[in-house]
Amino acid sequence: MDGEGQTKKFMFVNRKVPYGTVYALESLEVVLISAAFDQDVSLAFVDDGVYQLKNGQSTDGIGMKNFSPTYKALGDYDINKLYVEKESLEERGLSLDDLMELTYEDEDDDWAEKTSIILVSREELAEVMDQQDVLISS
Amino acid sequence: MATISVEGKDIEVDEEGYLVTLADWVPEVAKVMSEIDEIELTDEHWDILNFLREYYEEYQIAPAVRVLTKAVAKKLGKDKGNSKYLYQLFPYGPGKQACKFAGLPKPTGCV
Amino acid sequence: MAMLHIVNKSVFERGTLDSCLKSSLSGSSILFIEDAVVSAVNNTAVSDKIKAELSSKNFYVLTPDLNARGFTDADLIEGIKGVDYAGFVDLVADNSNVQSWL
Repeated sequence: MDGEGQTKKFMFVNRKVPYGTVYALESLEVVLISAAFDQDVSLAFVDDGVYQLKNGQSTDGIGMKNFSPTYKALGDYDINKLYVEKESLEERGLSLDDLMELTYEDEDDDWAEKTSIILVSREELAEVMDQQDVLISS
Repeated sequence: MATISVEGKDIEVDEEGYLVTLADWVPEVAKVMSEIDEIELTDEHWDILNFLREYYEEYQIAPAVRVLTKAVAKKLGKDKGNSKYLYQLFPYGPGKQACKFAGLPKPTGCV
Repeated sequence: MAMLHIVNKSVFERGTLDSCLKSSLSGSSILFIEDAVVSAVNNTAVSDKIKAELSSKNFYVLTPDLNARGFTDADLIEGIKGVDYAGFVDLVADNSNVQSWL
């Protein structure tokens, strides 16, 4: 039985290229709001969602806000499990070096700076998804 | 659309007093907004406002109060990075009021 | 006079590029805009499909949309040209008609 005040595992699954549609930005805003409710929040980047973390985004030419720096604030919000699917990166000719550096400071380890990105295979991610209480996919 | 008068110019604000165009911000905007809210800005206020502007510049968001408190504690010390201190400076809330003075949007998730 | 085909969705997400490639004649031009720009980046699982058509069709990418997604013209498959908004207008003007593959 689910009691009130119980911590649940929430995973936000991102599958879209940013800017062409509003999904990536909307999902990021919901993630920030969810941080206020003290839940166990993680993010997954699969398929075209891996482009959301691509480094070097510059939106000056399209007149839209570049929201990629906001992913760097997630560590401050205690959101530090960002699963990136290996096969999705490879299909797109990308590696971890093509993604932004995303880190958090580990409270339990003298505030050491650690990476928030967890590279997983499709199979491993399926397992992690299976352990969630709530999945929000966009 | 409501406006506030800053250095002889009318600047647009929304129904809650936040700047409509973030690029309109100059330090005088904070002064005019604080006079409307009947607060006298001190160096201590400016420490927080400058901090918020730097945070927005880097991350493109107005931080949640919890995040602001933690970050201020780290940068300016524990005696300033607590909600009691921040609420003394900004009685309507360090998130809402300080972000407004600093020319930032209302923090995401703040209602 | 040739036709300009415009594709705006990622090749990894939709089948519009395949439809476009099948329904376009040799000598036509294909322009990637919005999320479709990622389709033109080199060394992906689909780049060979585009490379096979490079000799018979002209491929373009709207560079501002490419830059927004963290890539530059140097990341494109060799032979695909980056264009700015003025280049986009020229392509529309220089072709007899335009088909958008939404």
